[in-house]
Amino acid sequence: MIQLSDISRIFHMGDQAVRALDHIDLTIDSGEYVSIMGPSGSGKSTLLNVIGLLDRPDSGQYLLDGRDVTALTETEQAQVRREKIGFVFQSFHLIPRLTAAENIELPLILTGFPPAERKARIAETLQAFNLTDRAQHRPAELSGGQRQRVAIARATILHPTALLADEPTGNLDHRIGSEVVALLETLNQAGTTLIVVTHDRELGSRARRHIAMRDGRIEADER
Amino acid sequence: MRLQDLLLFSLKTLTSHPVRSLLIMLAMALGVAAVIILTALGDGARQYVVNAFSSIGTNLIIVLPGRAETAGSFPGAVMGQTPRDLTLEDAHWVGRLPQIRRYAPLNVGVAELSAAGKLREVTLMGTTAEIFPIRHMQLAQGKFLAHTGENSAQIVLGARIAQEFFPDGNAVGQRMRLSDRRFLVTGVMAMQGESMGFNSDELVIIPIQHAQTLLNTTSLFRLLVETRHHDEIESTREAIRQTLIRRHDGEDDVTVIAHDAVLATFDRILRALTLGVAGITVISLAVAGILVMNVMLVSVSQRTAEIGLLKAIGTPAVIIRHIFLAEAIWLSLTGALAGFILGQAGSWILRLVYPVLPAWTPLWANFAGIAVAVLTGVLAGLLPAIRAARLDPVKALGKR
Ligand SMILES: Nc1ncnc2c1ncn2[C@@H]1O[C@H](COP(=O)(O)OP(=O)(O)O)[C@@H](O)[C@H]1O
Ligand SMILES: [Mg+2]
Repeated sequence: MIQLSDISRIFHMGDQAVRALDHIDLTIDSGEYVSIMGPSGSGKSTLLNVIGLLDRPDSGQYLLDGRDVTALTETEQAQVRREKIGFVFQSFHLIPRLTAAENIELPLILTGFPPAERKARIAETLQAFNLTDRAQHRPAELSGGQRQRVAIARATILHPTALLADEPTGNLDHRIGSEVVALLETLNQAGTTLIVVTHDRELGSRARRHIAMRDGRIEADER
Repeated sequence: MRLQDLLLFSLKTLTSHPVRSLLIMLAMALGVAAVIILTALGDGARQYVVNAFSSIGTNLIIVLPGRAETAGSFPGAVMGQTPRDLTLEDAHWVGRLPQIRRYAPLNVGVAELSAAGKLREVTLMGTTAEIFPIRHMQLAQGKFLAHTGENSAQIVLGARIAQEFFPDGNAVGQRMRLSDRRFLVTGVMAMQGESMGFNSDELVIIPIQHAQTLLNTTSLFRLLVETRHHDEIESTREAIRQTLIRRHDGEDDVTVIAHDAVLATFDRILRALTLGVAGITVISLAVAGILVMNVMLVSVSQRTAEIGLLKAIGTPAVIIRHIFLAEAIWLSLTGALAGFILGQAGSWILRLVYPVLPAWTPLWANFAGIAVAVLTGVLAGLLPAIRAARLDPVKALGKR
């Protein structure tokens, strides 16, 4: 469960202060499917980064599964990310010199899984994401949709409790984007909390809860 | 993250930029190879000198008149006295010491040698027959001062001199004139070449009394003494000094040098030289280290987005540091090993080309070359690694 209370994030640009998050109160239950929409610069990415512990709020309290995570050290936050959070980005962020399988393997390697177990998990994941025949391809040899599927596979291979997707379809055409969202939805149906930031009204409307942001505030929150 | 995974991951990164990685390795390799080859050269020179000295004999003590190292403080000097001569009589007294196996007094000078219508200037050495075993010199033909008395006018010719005067090889038995005195050639020395700046091939040897008369001196140039046992050198040296002080009315006016001590001094100097050379070449490793740092910094800035991603998937800062350090270690370690092989091959070629020079790299230099290379690699990787680990993940992810 994600509980944000009175969270603010302020960026300073020269002598100007930008309130990217302005006293946000938000609770998201485990297993929810939430879309976040809003104009560019309204604070959607910042909100996602704070939820995913990539960014620290300047004030407010954040309880993740009942634990106050705002005051954790960097190393502790990294561990929380590894165990509970999966990120999916607009630009995929695959490592170009590694194959699809190696990109997916990365979290397992970093966590210190033994090779035999890694192999089994990767085979299973490639199968589940329909990427088996693309396993040895490098990102440059994959289509956009395939790349995003590799990225989602990487984000979920350690079974996170929450999947945070920041405009996951932004670089994909509508049909492929729709497939990617469908893939994310199956993961949500398996119990993972899913938060999707999107500009696409149609894709956004598929969520069961819709949050609209403007100027760092939550403008609307509808189920 | 497991160590083997870490090493494999960084290796993959390096092999994805093969040219860049190879160039850095090469810089490291050349530095290490330079250390190994130059120290091989320095130590080879040391070995060469040590061997040359040892071939003369390690049981050797050299006595020379006057106090060489403290010439200015000779007590008699203020009284207007000059140091006393080292005489043949002194030599005989020294020779009676029980620790001494053999001794050879020495006078050296230049004189005109003539025979068979030829004439040339030669270096002459006046001594006794004992000089041959002491200096490990061999006679090719004939004898010197055998059977006849020490005073007979015999001359032994260096191999080249004999060849020059008697190209037919019939030198023994011929009569020659040295200065204005007549000598009988009784022997010819074996060809020996130069040893310690002293060429016995261009030398003639005559009995010491004749040399002293001819050179008009009563003082010996040197007295060479060979002890019975190597470990008695110090005590013998002292015994010789005491004997001569007694004979010189309590005046300590001779210098007694153990040949070993000269050897030790050369050994020390050349060791220091080798060390110095090693030190200078190590600087080239520092340059290679700076190259590694430069490449790693470029790599960090090129891979900012990747570092952001690693952070997003929960990689702690320690591991990010390790990943970049491992790359630096790979570069310097493989470079060092390549340099080691290159250096060994280089000193092998040196030994092939100059067989007299035992150009083997001392063990410490092998270790030092590799260790310094790896150490500079680690140090050079440290700053980029820390910089990578400190990146703000959100900003890093935003970089394209
Ligand atoms: N690192 C930063 N430095 C300065 N300003 C920032 C930074 N990141 C975001 N902002 C500002 O915060 C606001 C919210 O940004 P963001 O969360 O990226 O919006 P969105 O994702 O909704 O487009 C914007 O005005 C943006 O310019
Ligand atoms: Mg955004």
